[in-house]
Amino acid sequence: MNKSHPYLPNSVPEIKDKMMDELGIKSIEDLYSDVPEELIFKGTLDIPGPYTEEEVKTIVFNQSQKNSDFKCAPFLGGGVWPHYVPSVVDEVIHRAEFLTSYTPYQPEISQGMLQAAFEYQSLICELVGMEVSCASLYDWSTALGEAARMANRLTQRDVIIVPYLISPQRLAVLKTYAEPAGIRVVQADYDKSSGLMELEDLKEKVNENTAAVYIENPSYLGFIEERVESIAEIAHDANALFIVGVNPISLGILKAPGNYDADIVIGEGQPLGNHMNFGGPLLGIFACRNDPKMIRQIPGRIIGMTQTLDGSKKGFSMVLQTREQHIRREKATSNICSNEALCALAGAVYLSLLGPNGLRELCRVVVNRAHYAMRRVNELTNVRAPLFRSFHFNEFTVGFEGIEVEDVHKSLLKKGIHGGKILKRDFPELGEVALYCVTETHKKKDIDLLISSLKEILEVEE
Amino acid sequence: MRKFRQADWDEPLIFELSREGRVGFFTPSIEPGVRDPIGEVEDHIPANMIRESLPKLPELSEIEVLRHYLHLSQMNYGVNSGLIYPLGSCTMKYNPIINEVIASYPKITEIHPDQDESTVQGILEIMYQLKDWLLTLTGMDDGSFEPAAGAHGEYLGNLLIRAYFKEIGEIEKRSEIIIPDSAHGTNPASAAMAGFKVVEIPSKEDGCLDLEALKSVVGDHTAGLMLTNPNTLGIFESEISRITEIVHKAGGLTYYDGANMNAILGKCRPGDMGFDIVHLNLHKTFSTPHGGGGPGACFVGVKSFLSDFLPVPIIEEKDGEYRLNYDKPKAIGKIKGYYGNISPILKAYAYTLSLGGSGLKESSEIAVLNSNYVATKLKNIRGLSLPCSPDKPRKHEAVLSAKKMMDETGVRALNISKKLLDFGIHAPTVYFPLIVPEALMIEPTESESLERLEELIFAFKTISDLAYSKPDEVLDAPKNTSVNRLDEVRASHPKTMCLSWRNYCTISKQQT
Repeated sequence: MNKSHPYLPNSVPEIKDKMMDELGIKSIEDLYSDVPEELIFKGTLDIPGPYTEEEVKTIVFNQSQKNSDFKCAPFLGGGVWPHYVPSVVDEVIHRAEFLTSYTPYQPEISQGMLQAAFEYQSLICELVGMEVSCASLYDWSTALGEAARMANRLTQRDVIIVPYLISPQRLAVLKTYAEPAGIRVVQADYDKSSGLMELEDLKEKVNENTAAVYIENPSYLGFIEERVESIAEIAHDANALFIVGVNPISLGILKAPGNYDADIVIGEGQPLGNHMNFGGPLLGIFACRNDPKMIRQIPGRIIGMTQTLDGSKKGFSMVLQTREQHIRREKATSNICSNEALCALAGAVYLSLLGPNGLRELCRVVVNRAHYAMRRVNELTNVRAPLFRSFHFNEFTVGFEGIEVEDVHKSLLKKGIHGGKILKRDFPELGEVALYCVTETHKKKDIDLLISSLKEILEVEE
Repeated sequence: MRKFRQADWDEPLIFELSREGRVGFFTPSIEPGVRDPIGEVEDHIPANMIRESLPKLPELSEIEVLRHYLHLSQMNYGVNSGLIYPLGSCTMKYNPIINEVIASYPKITEIHPDQDESTVQGILEIMYQLKDWLLTLTGMDDGSFEPAAGAHGEYLGNLLIRAYFKEIGEIEKRSEIIIPDSAHGTNPASAAMAGFKVVEIPSKEDGCLDLEALKSVVGDHTAGLMLTNPNTLGIFESEISRITEIVHKAGGLTYYDGANMNAILGKCRPGDMGFDIVHLNLHKTFSTPHGGGGPGACFVGVKSFLSDFLPVPIIEEKDGEYRLNYDKPKAIGKIKGYYGNISPILKAYAYTLSLGGSGLKESSEIAVLNSNYVATKLKNIRGLSLPCSPDKPRKHEAVLSAKKMMDETGVRALNISKKLLDFGIHAPTVYFPLIVPEALMIEPTESESLERLEELIFAFKTISDLAYSKPDEVLDAPKNTSVNRLDEVRASHPKTMCLSWRNYCTISKQQT
């Protein structure tokens, strides 16, 4: 066994002794002499190790093997989506200068991360059709919470109206963010045939207390909310803000929310070059109109382009820090400090690689394959996809008759396929329904395998 | 001092490198059998929702994108690639490479969070075990990994306090959270976000919490106290048991901000000090890389009486099977999507295994040894002092003051920090905590060798000598970084502020 640990250069006994000599102490305990005796931990820490690097690798590898293999990517989306991550993205985010740096508090030595963050903001702005973006929030759901609070500060009103068919998880996080600020969350009903927001119901609910109206596009259940101009108008007529949540991949082919009068655009940046990682870290997108009143209320870090003091060169630094907790303390626009900078960097590299044409092509593949999958599902008996008569992007509901959706799910698992997310717990009124997602990672053969497997399962049941 | 020079590629914005028609990603083609039955994709999208013009993203080949971002990486400074990163309160320790390797296993990276529990037993087991070890280290009973970062953990902690007082029917009167003036800004911001009124109390001259000030503000309106220990000056609050007792007697709860936990692993535990809620920053104490600002990762531990309020889901184990329990009627709900920042959690797990219980304890001891070594040497340098109980041992960090140097030479803490950059050394945290004038907050961590500590000390000595002989050479700094001092006023001024490429294009158009 080593005398010193590889992570602890000064654990060499002679060095430790030399340093203690310099400090005039006999033992390390002298440095803890101000810790009251009764607080000194005298038990043994029941934590295994130290292990060698090889042992650590084996332990974690063996544990990772307890996670199942599937014959193809899971047909799951709903907030995290299986997309291919280009190798260049992983290469860039593993550069030690990026990966192991702290928040760029010293801009002169951190221009690389600052410029990359500025580029991330810029790329997001192009994508969503806004001029201002923050450097990142934790995820879509917390971005929604922050957006509601920002709308509340801007309008001094305390109701946010959200769709009934919102992601249950985002709704839960929104409530956790809204409640302490005295914001009430009200849900607008949906058209039972199309799933779209029921405009009459929205009109009834919007009033002088409405801080904002929020929609998701594509919606949680995959359909495209197409009456966006009307919803924007209803919100704005009542002087409420219009907030739109997006899957950014869809904006290669769907109209940018900035082009249908959104005031704040939020979303989940994970599909932009970030692995799923069991749901974290994610990347909260937050962009808004170029309005000084709004900009001063943005939560989180923002990077701006400036120049050197002598004016000779462009440069980048954090801006409007007076909004933030380290200066404004309890009056800050948010408590966020650490954000998701590295995930934003991945997003910037991803969007730079794809470019406008790559993103449009990716959208074509995704939409085409998803529609192929729906078409194939509908060839089966007692199954229907989607439930709603409306346009869909790459996620869709699949409804079963005469069989429980859990049974279908379990049978698929036995065949090495992970089907969609079961919606029964969150939306019992929809029946035996699951939410399926198809991306470019699902090839024709994968979709065909899903269909033939479903066919077998349904035939056995008959 | 070594002759450090940071790269300067004079790198254009990625938009300026764009050339029409180029692409850096090979999009998969649509199989004919998929394309033919579906036809044009545009026919499946409502006409009013089709994006007429493509987003103005840059168009570059793969190598151009790679080089651009590698150039930028060389204009950045990381703890693994730099020299020494003594950024106080941020615990910039070595981020082990093995952690990156294990976090890149495809059977970790490619797991969807909504997968069936039976298919994610490996990752659930890892989280369950790490939770157990963190409870041992903190002396708590239960916990959650759901918050994304330290501040998010503080928010959760405050929501737990809120939920508790709601449950016992005292939320109406218990509206105040007490926070010392030396606390991190996130503390008051988090308490305020959770709907509490922040009551700030002054610290004593030695930087410790003023018991009399505490007594004068606690009462039946007190919901809780938020505190770090050791405090932001790196001093252990010896009266901690008395402090938590005072708050408890008044009916309030106690929150431990674990930003400074790296000082005390295996030495003493917040749970034993009388804290009800604890958060740990895994990206500080447990070596997970900070990624230029995030992702962080956080663990919030609680005493058993708060367990029911923790956010859902809770990972449970029964007969070797792990499951996610959502059936917690008293839970505060969710504060983030899914279960937390898994990838850093995994790295913290590997780090814990690499050191084991004994190694974690030793890492804290050496972190404290290193910081005392540096503080002792630095306080003797001309113009610097170690205010607030100079004779008390420091823990993981120490706050020096450059007030004397400023008064005598005009060289401020800010200038010292910029000059350090010229030597290839990252600056300490400056002007925090606010109670120390011209503060330089230095946290060397256990990762630095004696030789690097000596280099840091020598750099301070060199700067001090310069300040008293040729102060302009310090005031001019930095010169060896990618750029010189930036115009940060211009950066935030409404007339010159530029927040995106699109914004830049608009401003340029207005000017011409």
